[in-house]
Amino acid sequence: MKIAVCVKHVPTGTLRMRPDGGLDRSGPGELNATDKNAIEEALRLKQAGDAEVVLLAMGPAAATESLRTGLGMGADRAILVDDPAVAGSDLVATSRVLAAALGPESPDLVFFGQQTSDGGGAVLWAAVAERLRLPFVSQVTTLTAGDGTVTVVRETEVGTDTVEVALPAVVAVSDAINEPRYTSLKGMMAAKKKPLATLSAAELGLAADAVGASGSHTVVLGSGPPPVRAGAVTIEEDAGTAQAVLDYLAKRDLV
Amino acid sequence: MKSVVFLEHHEGVLSPGALGVLTRAAVLDAGVAAVIVGDDQVAGLVAEAGRHGASTVYTAVDAFPSPLPGARVDVLAHLVAEHGFDTVLFSNSVLAADVAAGLAARLDAGINWDLVDLEERSDELVGRQPALQDSVLVEVGWRSPQRIALFRGGSFEAIASGDGEPVTEAVVVEFAAHTTAARVVERTLRDDEGPSLADADVIVAGGLGLGSAEGFELAEQLANALGGAVGATRAAVYKGWYPPAAQIGQTGKTVAPKLYVALGISGAVQHKVGMQSSKTIVAINKDPQAPIFEFSDLVVVGDVHAIVPELIDLLRKRGG
Repeated sequence: MKIAVCVKHVPTGTLRMRPDGGLDRSGPGELNATDKNAIEEALRLKQAGDAEVVLLAMGPAAATESLRTGLGMGADRAILVDDPAVAGSDLVATSRVLAAALGPESPDLVFFGQQTSDGGGAVLWAAVAERLRLPFVSQVTTLTAGDGTVTVVRETEVGTDTVEVALPAVVAVSDAINEPRYTSLKGMMAAKKKPLATLSAAELGLAADAVGASGSHTVVLGSGPPPVRAGAVTIEEDAGTAQAVLDYLAKRDLV
Repeated sequence: MKSVVFLEHHEGVLSPGALGVLTRAAVLDAGVAAVIVGDDQVAGLVAEAGRHGASTVYTAVDAFPSPLPGARVDVLAHLVAEHGFDTVLFSNSVLAADVAAGLAARLDAGINWDLVDLEERSDELVGRQPALQDSVLVEVGWRSPQRIALFRGGSFEAIASGDGEPVTEAVVVEFAAHTTAARVVERTLRDDEGPSLADADVIVAGGLGLGSAEGFELAEQLANALGGAVGATRAAVYKGWYPPAAQIGQTGKTVAPKLYVALGISGAVQHKVGMQSSKTIVAINKDPQAPIFEFSDLVVVGDVHAIVPELIDLLRKRGG
């Protein structure tokens, strides 16, 4: 079995915006937290059977750090699509790049972490799955591998679904699915020797105008401050606190 | 614009968030259409869609009894191809987000998400999207023949005004092979009677200050008295005090109800991101320095275990 895990190198700490409205990615970065859950789930399947775990990221050379983190956890090899042409890709363009990189790999399973801390690509898996014409399932909290299928449990607003998906498939995992392992020093040493391939858009067979800003279909037109919240009312606890809260709500037609 | 709104429904009720988006879309496009996918019972929801502004309602029978995104992508792609819709609008949910992104790839259309408003400005559609932990409001646009917009829950109020007699058309769609490769084999609906987090006008959320899983009973009772849903911080979910589905924040859901009551929540950025667009925020916390007070409308410095039971009593008396 081959398992691909799509990961993202995200800025560490406070997010900042560039003057053009894009996210400033020039500072230090790290492996997106939920992507560790996705890698962990792939490694558990590898341990239970026999699987090759391949990491895939799109980003600048600095994203190599995040891929090394994942290799240190135990993934077998990594692919980085590093090309100035792909910078500024929106969700649709990013899904095109990832699908082009995943296609030749023909993985049985493609994992995504459910959330990114930089707010980007929150629904990327669905777009990638659709481009690959694969079934997909998100919000996964448990996963069991079967014969040519996986059975997953997912949480939605209305309840819990058990979904059976035929492989190959795309699965987005929630951070509730597992507790990612720490990378040991030994793991980090081994990671340095693991294969890490760097590919350009052209090597993926993508035209320059199919990726980056020119391959994107959304634009940032401008930005401004958010609406301000009017001054707050403060109640210190005393005997009538609950009544005061009720009066506040009643006055605003909230009860 | 020629628009169609995806109307999600559960247990025979249309999602108020989706009806809110329809209400807004009807202002921008008097001919707005809506689509409802499900079993043969969805015909009963058509009039409700009409009352919220839909001039045409398309219905389609799902591939399976329980909803998954694939079939909805197939139906919407069919409608876009057949009727030339240039704008497809969604109210965010687990299902809607997956459908919207899948449709974007299928149509190769631009998708903007987490929008809180939409307007037409000199023939251009402009979306408003809070960004960077909601510290800025970004204006976004589309550069593709079809535009996909996914709105944050609670962005628009659902207002019924029309006569509820839209043109109705049942569409028959051939589902793609990969669409039918995933199916729900078991479904357990949450047994609470209240609204879902995405749709609730009122959310009562609990944090570490509730002290235990039992402490969340207070949140449930208060939510019940206010007719709302219960949410939780990541820290409380990690402690196992409340299910992950209720998690609000950066790694959970983003909500914007009319009233958000935060019980024993410190207000870390990770949580703030998911709830700060709420119209009115009431925070009860015994720590006067709690960050949540910086973005609350009503600051209550005190013990949740003392104040909330009394508040529940008062609400019940008022209701009775």
